[in-house]
Formats: sequence, structure tokens, C-alpha cells
Amino acid sequence: MSETRFQGSDRYVATDDLMIAVNAAITLSRPLLIKGEPGTGKTQLALEIARSLQRPLLEWHIKSTSKAQQGLYEYDAVSRLRDSQLGDPRVGDIGNYILKGRLWEAFESDVQPVLLIDEIDKADIEFPNDLLRELDRMEFYVYETRKLVQARHRPIILITSNNEKELPDAFLRRCFFHYIRFPDAGTMQRIVDVHYPNLKKDLLSEALNAFFRLRETPGLRKKPSTSELLDWIKLLVTEDIDPAALRGEGGRGSLPPLFGALLKNEQDAHLVEQLVFMQRRANR
Amino acid sequence: MLIHFFYELRAAGVPVALTEFLSMLEALKQRVAFLSAEEFYYLGRMSLVKDERHFDRYDRVFAEYFEGAERAFEKIMAEVPSDWLRTLGERLMSEAERQQVEALGGWEKLMQTLKERLQEQRERHEGGSKWIGTRGTSPFGAYGYNPEGIRMGQDRSRHRRAVKVWDAREFRNFDDNVELGTRNLKMALRRLRRFAREGAASELDLDGTINATARNAGWLDLKMVPERHNAVKVLLLLDSGGSMDDHIQICDELFSAARGEFKRLEHYYFHNFIYEYLWRDNQRRQVERTSTEQLLRTFNADYRVVIVGDAHMSPYEIMYPGGGVEHWNEESGASWMQRLTQHFPRLVWLNPIPQDRWQYGHSITMVRELVGERMFPLTPGGLAAAMRELRPRSSAPAPAETEPVD
Repeated sequence: MSETRFQGSDRYVATDDLMIAVNAAITLSRPLLIKGEPGTGKTQLALEIARSLQRPLLEWHIKSTSKAQQGLYEYDAVSRLRDSQLGDPRVGDIGNYILKGRLWEAFESDVQPVLLIDEIDKADIEFPNDLLRELDRMEFYVYETRKLVQARHRPIILITSNNEKELPDAFLRRCFFHYIRFPDAGTMQRIVDVHYPNLKKDLLSEALNAFFRLRETPGLRKKPSTSELLDWIKLLVTEDIDPAALRGEGGRGSLPPLFGALLKNEQDAHLVEQLVFMQRRANR
Repeated sequence: MLIHFFYELRAAGVPVALTEFLSMLEALKQRVAFLSAEEFYYLGRMSLVKDERHFDRYDRVFAEYFEGAERAFEKIMAEVPSDWLRTLGERLMSEAERQQVEALGGWEKLMQTLKERLQEQRERHEGGSKWIGTRGTSPFGAYGYNPEGIRMGQDRSRHRRAVKVWDAREFRNFDDNVELGTRNLKMALRRLRRFAREGAASELDLDGTINATARNAGWLDLKMVPERHNAVKVLLLLDSGGSMDDHIQICDELFSAARGEFKRLEHYYFHNFIYEYLWRDNQRRQVERTSTEQLLRTFNADYRVVIVGDAHMSPYEIMYPGGGVEHWNEESGASWMQRLTQHFPRLVWLNPIPQDRWQYGHSITMVRELVGERMFPLTPGGLAAAMRELRPRSSAPAPAETEPVD
């Protein structure tokens, strides 16, 4: 039994429940499905696990056109056809036209790798079903060369989903599941500390106040998330904004500076502007 | 003993399978969690529950089950006079004192000790560190500080350190029929996707190419096909009447989600019920109108019709000519609705009023009959059921699903 345990890292704040989930997935070598609001660090988690356990990371980014087969291997029939037309000698061996996918690479790795299957919900509904046996047994069969590919070490598999599609039950049964909640103010402080260790205390607390206040605005289409907060703080630091400006004159009476980093669509920006305007009028 | 927990989860509607249960047991065996109640809670949740919408149900079952131990305890609790627990103010402890307070041991031990203590204790007690009462540092009783304590008759955790995270039920909002944002709406609407290849050929058709090349005696013959895209056509009819004012936000969100999801989306407004004309723009409704006749002529039967309205009105507005609130209608709303349902076989009515209140509105029952029981509540569950109803089917329309299931 491997003694690898994930404890978070100097760049990533992991909550207790997240650590239990990751360690259970590593110990039982089962895929871990991660869901959560966009921007809460789902993809980042895989990078950090690989970094802190010193394992190679293989990333498989899923698009709406991705097929499960592409993760195993692809048979490049078109090049073979072209080569046969040109009389290329390579054409005799079908193995020359088998292109390895990410899963194959992970199975072949000398040390146990971390495999990230990113945004699985982007793919077709059947996509997860096509990977059932591969994730369960960690092996697959290459029909063209009649070869069975088996994992040398069961990879640590992380799967992220943005919940755009429901995943099939049979697939879910084979995974562990963790939902990354939006961090509370205390955790958020730790996250920001990890990313910007030398931040002025007063700037940070003002920025967090303004941020959580903005998140509580009713009717926002896209609430700003952790990654947007980090970007915004970076901007505040580079622009050298005075903490007092964040507080605003009337407490809640004005828009936070550089709010464009936090609000990503014009209806939201408009809404907040209107609220601020109404507030100002009320304060007068 | 955990087998019972498994069945209670299933009874509560959390879809747990045997394999998941076994993998949880395996994780326990491998000592992933060190068997504190909290770690066990997380471990159970990650291996048994695969959908954050079910987290709240899990929380409830967990609380119920693992406080079955506590229910035994509550029986004893009933015997504890309530004035023992009456709060008289919280004792403020220094950090050093807090550190002195050590947890007594595991869950079972806590229970065991409690029973023993209760048997020993016969008087009201306050502030000490062994007996049950308020403001103390014993693990039992309310408003005190002990990191592994059990709360008795206290409604919130003062120090945010109570063992039971499941009591917080922070995932309540994720349960199916409450929260509705643009994102869930889009997810539900997505069920209606129907991909078709239409338009300009822009993708290589590999199968076709190989086939054609083989027929062409081995000379390469490239074939192209059009890209797949969502070909479903949707006609959205929205009630903009006075009683809908309460539901503006939700309708706005539905509308923006639908606009993002369907390329071919047409929308019209009506007031309370559909009569001989509708309009596209609420501001210019007196000027620019479209007659319902024209609507029926313009859109063919493969449009899927989604009507959004609270169906809350006087029954006269539906049943009688001239019953409309705004103008004299020659024909009754019911006959217009019949024409619509005949012309569009795929039609649903979404109602923002919660389903359990439908029975109190006479007009709602009438509208439900008119649309063939295809009325669904405007919740993620209801919307999903509505989309299932609208989905292309090969056979004739099946009996309408009235109960939304997720």
C-alpha cells in the first residue's frame, strides 16, 4: 500500500473534506469526480496533486466533439489510405497508424501518473459510458493490432464537471464524488494568503469585504468566484489602490475600483451600477 | 449496522447502489478515514452520493441514523429537567482554557459516559467540567465549549466546532425543486437538444469517404457532410399579465436561458390567456400584434411550444366569448387553446406557481385539462419533465407525466 497522502500544498488550500476525498481516491485507486462552481479550482486541484506527490500529470481536455475512443487510441485510416496510394512501405504495418491517446499514455507510464479528464460534461452523453470498462479494469483492447493494453500502475484519475450534463449512473457508481463548495470568508483569506503572501492586511480585508458584498447582490447572472477574486487582487496590487477607496465614501455607496475583473457580463455590471446609484440617492 | 444505514439512504431517495456501499466499506477498511464522526460523514458522502442535489437528503439520513444513538439519548434527555439547560449567559473562556478542554474520546465512549453521568447526576448543575448543564466544559449540555461535545437543546453552534456538520444542512438549497438559476435552466433545456446535419458540408465524412473510395477502385474520393447542430425549433409564449409580476425574475431567467440554448426560438406575449392575437414586444403591444391565426400558419407542427403562465384568472376568461380582461374576444380562450394543441402536438405549459398550490385555483385545473395535463411547475425537476414531454418520440404521445421526477 502506498503511503502517499495529499495534504494540500503551499499554493493550494485544501479543506478537510477535500483531502479525505482525494486520499480515498488515491488509496482505493478509483476515479474522483469533482464538481463545483466555475472558478473554485477544480482543474487546479489535479495540477497540485501531481506537483505535491511528484507524479507526472497527463491532461485530457474534453470538448463537445471529443470521443472516448480518442483517449484510448485512434486509427489514422486516412493517412494509411494516402500512404497506400503513394506506395509507402510503412503501410504494411497497421501499428504505424495507431495514435496513442491520453489514457494509453497514462497506462504505460513507469510511475503512477495523475490523469486529469477535464470538463467531462462537455462531451456527448455517451462519452462517460464508453469509458466504463477502461476506468474499472484499467485496460482496453486494440482491435486493429489485437493487443490488450493494461495499466502498469493504476493512475490517479481526476474528472471535473461543470454540471452542464447529467452523467450516467453506471459511470457515477465507479467514481468517488466531491463537490467543491464556494469557500467561506475564513478559507478565502487563507487562499488569498497563499497566493499573495505579502499583501497588506487592510487591503486584503477591504477587498474581501467588497467581494463578498458583491457576491450577495441579488440577481447577478454570474457571481464572481475565487479565480476572479485572485485576478482582481492582482490588479489592485499592481495599480496600488488605496484600501480606503475600496471602502467607498458612504460605506456601500460606490462601485469597487476595477470591478470589471469581477463582473463578466454587461447586465451584471449594469445592475450593480444601478444599485449603487440608487443607494447614493438614498444616502443624499 | 451500516447495512441499515444503506437502506435508509435508499428509502430517502438517494440512489445508492451496492457497489458504492462496498467501496465505502473498503475505504473504511483501508483506514482512509480515522473513524471520527466527521471524517466518516465525508467519506460516506463522497462514496455514496454522486450528486450535490442529494447532499441534503444524505445529511438528513445521516443525522437521523447516527443520532439514533442520540435518540436513545433524547429519551434520557426528556428526563433531564429543561431548566438545567436554560441559558443564563455564555461563559467566556480564554484560549488557554480552551486548550485545556480535551475531547473525551470517540463517539461511542461519549454516549456511554453520558449515560453513566446521567445516572450519577441528580441535581441542577452549571459551569463545572463534568456534569450536564449549561455553560460548562463537560462534553454534554449546551452553550459550553468542548470540541467533541454533543449539543443539547441549543439551536446553533456557538463556537462553530460542534461535531455535527450535517446538522448545518448547508446543501439544502441544492435539492431539486428550490433553486433555479440560468444555469440549471439551461441544463434542463439541453435535454431537448436534437442534433441534425443540415446546411453546408464542412466536415470530412470518413465512413462515406472510405466507402466511396472503395467503390472508386481505390482512388481517393473525399466526401463531406454538414456539421451537426441543434435543430430543435421552439415557440415560447409568455404571460405578461399582472399576476405574473411576482414571477418576472424567473421568467426572465428562463427566457435568457432559452435564448442561449436554442438557435431557433420564437417568442410571443399574451395577457392571462391566449385569444385571437399575441404580440412580440410588450412596450408596443397596442401597435404591433400578430394574429393567432397567422401564428398557426407561420409555424409548422414540428415547432415545440412552451407556454409560460400562472393560469390564474377567472374561469370566465377561459370558457366564454367576451371573457377576456382587455378586449371583447369573439371566441372563447378554450377554443383558441384547442386550436393550438391540435396544431402543435408537442406543447407544454410551465407554471411558476408551486405545484402544491395548483389545486386551489379553479382556472389552473381547467387549463391543465385543456393542455392535456401537460402542465409542469417551473422548477428544475418540472422543467426536466416538461422537456421529456417535448422530446421527439417515434410513437404517438404517451400519457402525460404529471409528477415531475428528476
